[in-house]
Amino acid sequence: MHTKKQNDSKLYFSHPSQETLVVHLGGNWLLETPLPSVELLEHEIQLTATVRTVNFDASNLTIWDSNLLIFLSKVFDVCTKYNIRIRMEGLPQGVQKLLDLASSKRQRKGITGKAGKESFLIRVADTTFDFIQTSKDMLAFIGEAVLAFGKLLCGRANFRRTDLMNVIQESGAQAIPIVSLISLLVGLIFAFVGALQLKLFGAQIYVANIVGIAMVRVMGAIMTGIIMAGRTGASFAAQIGTMQVNEEVDALKTLGISPMEFLVLPRMLALVLMMPLLCLYADLMGIIGGMIVGVFMLDLDFMEYYYQTKSAVALTHLWVGLFHSAVFGVLIALSGCLRGMQCGRSASAVGSATTSAVVTGIVSIIVSTAIITIVCEVIGI
Amino acid sequence: MSEKRGSTVPEAKIVVRDLDMGYGSFVLMSGMNFTVSKGDIFIIMGGSGCGKSTLLKVIVGLLEPLHGQVFYDGVSFWEGDPQQKARIMRKIGVLYQSSALWSSMTLAENVALPLEQYTDLSKGYIRELVSLKLALVGLAGFEEFYPSEISGGMRKRAGLARAMALDPDILFFDEPSAGLDPVSARLLDDLIRELRDSLGATVVVVTHELQSIFAIGNNSVFLDPDTKTIIASGNPKRLLAESKDPKVINFLTRGER
Ligand SMILES: Nc1ncnc2c1ncn2[C@@H]1O[C@H](COP(=O)(O)OP(=O)(O)OP(=O)(O)O)[C@@H](O)[C@H]1O
Ligand SMILES: [Mg+2]
Repeated sequence: MHTKKQNDSKLYFSHPSQETLVVHLGGNWLLETPLPSVELLEHEIQLTATVRTVNFDASNLTIWDSNLLIFLSKVFDVCTKYNIRIRMEGLPQGVQKLLDLASSKRQRKGITGKAGKESFLIRVADTTFDFIQTSKDMLAFIGEAVLAFGKLLCGRANFRRTDLMNVIQESGAQAIPIVSLISLLVGLIFAFVGALQLKLFGAQIYVANIVGIAMVRVMGAIMTGIIMAGRTGASFAAQIGTMQVNEEVDALKTLGISPMEFLVLPRMLALVLMMPLLCLYADLMGIIGGMIVGVFMLDLDFMEYYYQTKSAVALTHLWVGLFHSAVFGVLIALSGCLRGMQCGRSASAVGSATTSAVVTGIVSIIVSTAIITIVCEVIGI
Repeated sequence: MSEKRGSTVPEAKIVVRDLDMGYGSFVLMSGMNFTVSKGDIFIIMGGSGCGKSTLLKVIVGLLEPLHGQVFYDGVSFWEGDPQQKARIMRKIGVLYQSSALWSSMTLAENVALPLEQYTDLSKGYIRELVSLKLALVGLAGFEEFYPSEISGGMRKRAGLARAMALDPDILFFDEPSAGLDPVSARLLDDLIRELRDSLGATVVVVTHELQSIFAIGNNSVFLDPDTKTIIASGNPKRLLAESKDPKVINFLTRGER
């Protein structure tokens, strides 16, 4: 018989016979104290390859909590690995009861043990199929949205007018402060950057052209788009996602109300109406930002700047800008609502729905800007 | 109750035939067959997580079954065209396990929405109806509260009021008495029986509440996760007296026998 003391005799092993190994547990086993490594036991088993049974001796054990249970479950894993029988009689009654409750035979059979690690190829295949599925879902969603829009035009769409008003209020009026700030600063930045170069040629007055055309043609729309994607797109995804989690969307469906009309349509409509207005406002703020730089830094005359802007910015620029913003409105609303509707049934799913709504929104804004710009170039606007 | 109707064969309201259900490729239950007759208070029993709520979702048309059919008055729900589905859905009211009240609307608006959707009643009349429904579940005076401003049990009752808004033919309740105190739970049982008797409604209830099961249920199915099928069906009281299956007896006696 040989005994080995370790870890302040918290854990040591003895061999009453060739075939049995006794695990002696002593002292405090609390969550704050470090957990001894089971490798000690594994080592012990490997040393004497004849062990068939593991017994426990807990006579010196003083206090214990889940810490001990974690250790024991690791011990059990090791024993299963080496095909060794476990006798729990030596453990305190309470420990035996808890282990029994947590044992695998007491668990419900069902969707447990989600598929573990998969091989690389399988993951690639899964991701590909997921991607195809997501694209299909997206197309189906867009199709349904178009149908709902058609119903709206026929005056048969089914949603509450108060919802529309609320969304307009939230996404339109309440966005004004942040839109003002951002677009004013963007105008300012443009003017600064342009002024540095133009000063070299003594052509400061053309700052008005740079700021005016850039803001009105694309930047006003893009800046409002990005603000709205972060603000409103995210909140759409969170609202609808939470409704998914709480089965509120199911409740609508069983009432025979189409969530597409009831939830998505008012949001889309509100954004399509509000985005051009906000964009117009952002254009104005951007020009004012440029004017601040022009008048106070470059010593241009206020009226001079005004006329220069007026002559530089053509009406087509304005139309192109407003068209951008209406498209962005649709895209932001669609991506927000799509991610919300696809949301899983948990709180964390709402979080990822929100994130992916913002990402989808911004990506689609940039991509559609590129497309519109190219098309404008080709048809010569 | 079935005894009252004497020897006439009760009219089948919902027929579930060879139904398999699950999520994706995972099968929760398979080969389910049962019939809910008109005027039944039909109990769906089984341990937690065995698929009762899922079965309810399949029956009310929210989750497509993997295989099999659900018939309402002889009409197949899942194979019907959209109009048929809409007609069937119009006749049912559902109380969800999580209440599922629309959180952006007050209780009154929640209950009123189904009425506004499906009827041409005047606003004033709808308001009266809403007050009546809320009073029925003991929530008079809470019309202007939002779901986030009331307790879980109250939400459950408000969900019940919404499910009853259109006086539907068939009512589905998912654990209606979870979160209620014993007295309210008793009152709820009385209300369910009253709805059945006065409106001639058919009621399908998912519940663990043994007292409710015996007090109101006149027919039931018992779902078993191990065999993935229905292992017992019939009047709960009779099941308790006659069933030989240890799992059923264990459930109906809370494992005390
Ligand atoms: N959306 C889902 N996707 C995948 N699996 C799900 C989903 N919803 C539920 N499940 C699984 O289906 C099984 C049955 O769930 P269900 O909600 O029907 O149980 P239940 O019988 O109603 O339980 P309880 O009495 O606790 O409400 C569970 O094992 C659950 O993990
Ligand atoms: Mg459930």
